[in-house]
Amino acid sequence: MLSIHAVRRLRDFVLDVTFSVGEGETLVLIGENGSGKSTVLNLISGILTPDRGEITLGGRLIFSDEKRINIPAESRNIGHLFQSYALFPHMTVSENVAFGLWCRKIPKSEIAGSVAEQLAAMHLSGLAGVNVGRLSGGQRQRVALARALVLDPELLLLDEPLAAVDMRAQGAMRKELREHIRNAGIPCIVVTHTLRDALELGDRLCLIEEGRVAAVGTPEEVLGMQENGFIASFAGR
Amino acid sequence: MDLTRFRQESRVLGHGGRTLFGRAALTLLVAALLSLFLLFVTIPVASLFMRISPEAFFSSLAEPVVLDALSLSLITATVSTVLVVLFGTPLALVNARHDYRGREIVDTLTDLPIVLPPAVAGIALLMAFGRRGVIGQYLDVFGVHIAFTTLAVVLAQVFVASPFYIRQAKASFEAVDRLYEDAARTLGASPWTVALRITIPLAWGGLVSGAILSFARALGEFGATIMFAGNFQGRTQTMPLAIYTTMQGDLDAAISLAIILVVISFAVIAAVKFVTRRNV
Repeated sequence: MLSIHAVRRLRDFVLDVTFSVGEGETLVLIGENGSGKSTVLNLISGILTPDRGEITLGGRLIFSDEKRINIPAESRNIGHLFQSYALFPHMTVSENVAFGLWCRKIPKSEIAGSVAEQLAAMHLSGLAGVNVGRLSGGQRQRVALARALVLDPELLLLDEPLAAVDMRAQGAMRKELREHIRNAGIPCIVVTHTLRDALELGDRLCLIEEGRVAAVGTPEEVLGMQENGFIASFAGR
Repeated sequence: MDLTRFRQESRVLGHGGRTLFGRAALTLLVAALLSLFLLFVTIPVASLFMRISPEAFFSSLAEPVVLDALSLSLITATVSTVLVVLFGTPLALVNARHDYRGREIVDTLTDLPIVLPPAVAGIALLMAFGRRGVIGQYLDVFGVHIAFTTLAVVLAQVFVASPFYIRQAKASFEAVDRLYEDAARTLGASPWTVALRITIPLAWGGLVSGAILSFARALGEFGATIMFAGNFQGRTQTMPLAIYTTMQGDLDAAISLAIILVVISFAVIAAVKFVTRRNV
């Protein structure tokens, strides 16, 4: 379970969010561009530091300004998928997936086993030795997910996970993604701009407006708020 | 935009047929300037090769003064490049990635040797590390003498050549997308691992070409070396110093050394081009 209360001064407004996500639950963050959705993910994974607040993950306090706790990003064990996937361009597919295990000083033979298993689960075995520059959008997405999941993260953060996947493949990829999230059984936060992602991936939706939680609830509840301008256009898409 | 205005502008800009002659003249002028400049650069270099016979070249290669200078230059330039890379890489990485009070000052100071005349660098080093220098006087107590030794040659080279590497390294680090570093951190990489496994490999081409340029600058160092290290064959007489010295007696030896430096310079340019192109 993740619970967060975080405040951080951004250029145009003060981001101030409070919410929690249960085990095996997927929360979808929606909102205008620049409303602070990706910043929330960066605050949770430790790339950015809140000015104030408290973040707990699985009962472990990972940030608290009052208690002066700030576990660095590398020790949080959170899988963070970036919009562009950020696959390391100087490594092959299997080297990318092995990177986190290598950082954990796991013996080489074990790394090879885990990587092969993960690649097989993601239907990537045939691409193990390929440089990531040659992959399609969907393949990149799978490699990024494999790279995160091989570490058994306690939380999964997905920033626009299907944005770089070409339109025709999106439906199938979305189903596949949902299955991987379900199998992982951990809390998951997805940032998206598309209604289908929100409906098919989300157990709950959370609307962020200018750095604040404007609404949170089941997809029906949140999408029912037709008086809200963003929701009206989002649900109408 | 209406047509009249367009015509007016094209007249002002000289796009009319009337200027065909003007254009041809301009092309001719540029071609003449370009050829003159190319000749100005190539004729002196070519003259080196024309003024010496192959036999004379190879026989002077066997002369101790040439061999001493060649080996001393290669060794000192290599050592100074290693030192520049060792000290310069962390500095460039910190300055590319972290904003701290005084960063601008550090940047300016590291660039300073590029604009400083080598003679000034030489006397400055002497004032610092000479026997009565600011630091040298204390080293003297322990019997450590730097000025007029091979170490002085290396220090002079590091002083003048370091900015060539540090500038290039900093630019290459800045060009690495931070997203890769962030991703690596979320995967469990410590800052140290991020630098070694992500940032440095991604900036590799720039680092290598910076090191090559720095090596070339160290190899050509003359002014600071002769003032701070002196001109002793086998100890501080590098190739440029040997050219200067032998030119007064044995012109063949001077030309041979010059030719070797020309060849190395060409190799450096080719290497930098090769490395940077491969990494595009």
